[in-house]
Amino acid sequence: MTVREFPRLTRGVAAVSAGLFVLALVMAPAALAADQPKYGGTLVFAVPKDPPSFDGHRENTFALIHPVAPHYSLLIKFDQWKYPKIVGDVAESWTTSKDKKTYTFKIRKGIKWHDGSTLTARDVKATYDKIIFPPPGVTSVRKGSYTMVTKVEAPDDQTVVFKLKWAAPSLLANLASPWNFLYKATILAKDPHWYEKNIMGTGPFKFESYVPGSHWIGTKNEDYFVKGRPYLDGYKAIFIKATSARVASIRGGRAFIEFRGFSPAGRDDIVKTLGNKAKVQQGPWLCYLSVAINNGMKPFNDVRVRKALTLALDRWEASETLSAIAIIKPVGGVMRPGSEYAATEAELTKLAGFGKDIKASRKEARSLLKAAGVPAGYEFTFKNRDLPMPYEPMGIWLVDQWRKIGLNVTHKVEEKGPFFSDRKKGNFQTIMDWSCDFMDEPDLQLYKFLSHGKSGSNYSRYTDKTLDDLYVKQSKAKSKKERRKLVRQFEKRVLDEKVYTFPTLWWFKINPHWAKVKGWKQLPSHYLNQDLRDVWLAEK
Amino acid sequence: MQRYIFKRFLLMIPTLLGVAVFVFLLMRVIPGDIVEIKFTSEGGFVTEEVLAQERARIGLDKPIWQQFASWIWGIMRLDFGTSMWTGRPISHEIGIRIQLSLEIAILATMVAILIAIPLGTLAALKQDTWVDYFIRVFSIAGLSIPSFWLGILIILFLLINFHWVPPMFFTPIWVDPWENLSQMIWPAAAVGYRYSAVSTRMMRSSTLEVLREDYVRTARAKGLWERVVIIRHAMKNAMLPVITVIGLEFAFLIGGLVVTEQVFNLNGLGKLLVQSIAQRDYTMTQTLVMLVAVTFVLVNFVIDILYAWLDPRIRYQ
Repeated sequence: MTVREFPRLTRGVAAVSAGLFVLALVMAPAALAADQPKYGGTLVFAVPKDPPSFDGHRENTFALIHPVAPHYSLLIKFDQWKYPKIVGDVAESWTTSKDKKTYTFKIRKGIKWHDGSTLTARDVKATYDKIIFPPPGVTSVRKGSYTMVTKVEAPDDQTVVFKLKWAAPSLLANLASPWNFLYKATILAKDPHWYEKNIMGTGPFKFESYVPGSHWIGTKNEDYFVKGRPYLDGYKAIFIKATSARVASIRGGRAFIEFRGFSPAGRDDIVKTLGNKAKVQQGPWLCYLSVAINNGMKPFNDVRVRKALTLALDRWEASETLSAIAIIKPVGGVMRPGSEYAATEAELTKLAGFGKDIKASRKEARSLLKAAGVPAGYEFTFKNRDLPMPYEPMGIWLVDQWRKIGLNVTHKVEEKGPFFSDRKKGNFQTIMDWSCDFMDEPDLQLYKFLSHGKSGSNYSRYTDKTLDDLYVKQSKAKSKKERRKLVRQFEKRVLDEKVYTFPTLWWFKINPHWAKVKGWKQLPSHYLNQDLRDVWLAEK
Repeated sequence: MQRYIFKRFLLMIPTLLGVAVFVFLLMRVIPGDIVEIKFTSEGGFVTEEVLAQERARIGLDKPIWQQFASWIWGIMRLDFGTSMWTGRPISHEIGIRIQLSLEIAILATMVAILIAIPLGTLAALKQDTWVDYFIRVFSIAGLSIPSFWLGILIILFLLINFHWVPPMFFTPIWVDPWENLSQMIWPAAAVGYRYSAVSTRMMRSSTLEVLREDYVRTARAKGLWERVVIIRHAMKNAMLPVITVIGLEFAFLIGGLVVTEQVFNLNGLGKLLVQSIAQRDYTMTQTLVMLVAVTFVLVNFVIDILYAWLDPRIRYQ
């Protein structure tokens, strides 16, 4: 650049900058207006299946949450903009006693049920009594998460008190569970099963109609207690089982979003069709695929063999390659990578099978197999679910990884019925396992690893009192630091010392949708943030 | 004729009883537990106590004979019970879907008849000409192409060329005929084409056979118009095997369009049946299989009566 050219260039840059500045000033109001929530419109979204019943306390499928959650309020909830921060929903504030064994919640005044009556603390108490101490014949699927609660009291109309046996760090998160819809005390007193087939809530949308297998319609609750919400006039959830039909429904504008998520191919199809009318939200998902090993069966009762199986896996490479075709990506231990109690990468890479030197890991795996007396070419079976995403690619990948340490594995894909039966009865050598939760909370994620019999989802069939004790200790830990340390000990014992079972990759959530859908933020769980309170449509 | 109908009607009873026993036992033999599938499919925190409580709630803790007796007693009173999966009355679940299934079956049958009978007859009349060859290729293509695949092609064609896909949920024809047809016409065309292929070939070979019969020659010798010979003498007789095919296909369409229903997101009985089998919803599956069996038995019954009406020799035998 010459001296003469420099000032000319500077002048040019200055002119362009000034132009851009003026343009920005002109465009700013339009851009701001575009981000200003608009009222009206009906959000149409696809749901892959129907809810079995309408009662959030007894079900644990997202198929219930997505169409039903907009009808209900919670006591407290996760803040969609600052997850995992917890904020009040019907609770306007809460306090904790010094010994952390008493939680007192103040309930907002003037909250109306959809029938016009007023919500009081008695309704909150009745709801939590049903969840924690269900009457005979009433199923509360998550009551095991509240074993620390001794009593729920409602001393007056605006106060609810939870009394605990011990200080439990997980209590607040459990109370913010998206399943804990608030139900009306008088209805529950008459019939605790009423909510299985009926809707009566205080949420942003009232129930209008449901046609099983077809659709669910909700309309705006004009008396909703949050001023100015909801923005939408209503919503329509369409039940579409086939993935290809769900993708087509969004491409063709019959639905604007599907909250659970699509595969990378589905995302690409939608983006290709919609172009700049599409928006993609994607991020880590609070679900993972794991390998359950039958610890009671030879040669898998030998820790060396189990360790060899995890050492064979090149998770870091798979994270790159498999994520291009399947909804799996993050490498993690027993807690979701990046979450509060998760292992850091430095901690993780010290665990068997999570190191980055795959050659060394596989060399170690081969020597462990040899030491355990497992011959080269040893044959065994890996059983898998008949679901293409993400089970099938993961199964194929596992078989290939094990082949690389000289094992000859048959990939047996089973229909749902036999698969669940085999997994439950221990009729397998190795089998695909998985876990999905609604929040990052060690009490939930570690439960799976408790001894067989204590945990309903320990399919690896081992008993380990040390793990059970560690679980209780972390659950009662006095500080986050102490809890984190205990979770690390727990993780090291499960994944490195005993290798009873091991995660492969964590899921990766992909939500492509119409860009006109605003006010919905993808969170790590597909169970959260589904009340549609803040959702609005930029175009109707 | 009445005696014939009565005898045929009585024969339906042991057939249906056999189906009831068979489907009940089959569902219990195949592995799978509805409670396990329902509560552990998505992982999460579920205790053994909850699973046991749910099994008891839907009556799976009772002895098998008791479960069978209770179900069959209900069926006899036309009380199909409740779905183990949803807890809703089975009659309600079926009622919602049967209208769509019937409509798609009727539309597809109409498409098939409209294609098959004229084309089959024409192919026979123009045997070994280019018309015949074209119709044969058209019908063989219909046999070779699965209807769900054709359905996928139709959807992609509409999506790529018109940025449009058919509606994703059912609107009854009396509520909005246009909306209804804009959803139903595509699967009806996809299914009807395959359905017509079988019938076209059947119609062609049957007509060819009939055209060589003595009574057709006699009709021509009498000096009847060719149109009268074909329509009154040949087609009526050629229709016998075609009616059988159309009837059986119609019964199949009521509960058999599993994949096509998924492709077009049709809330029909086929989808419900497969879903209930996958979920091990015993009561729902048993009732749906019984419904399909009743449909088949009834359609066969009607076909037999039609046969007897079209060919008096059958009822005299």
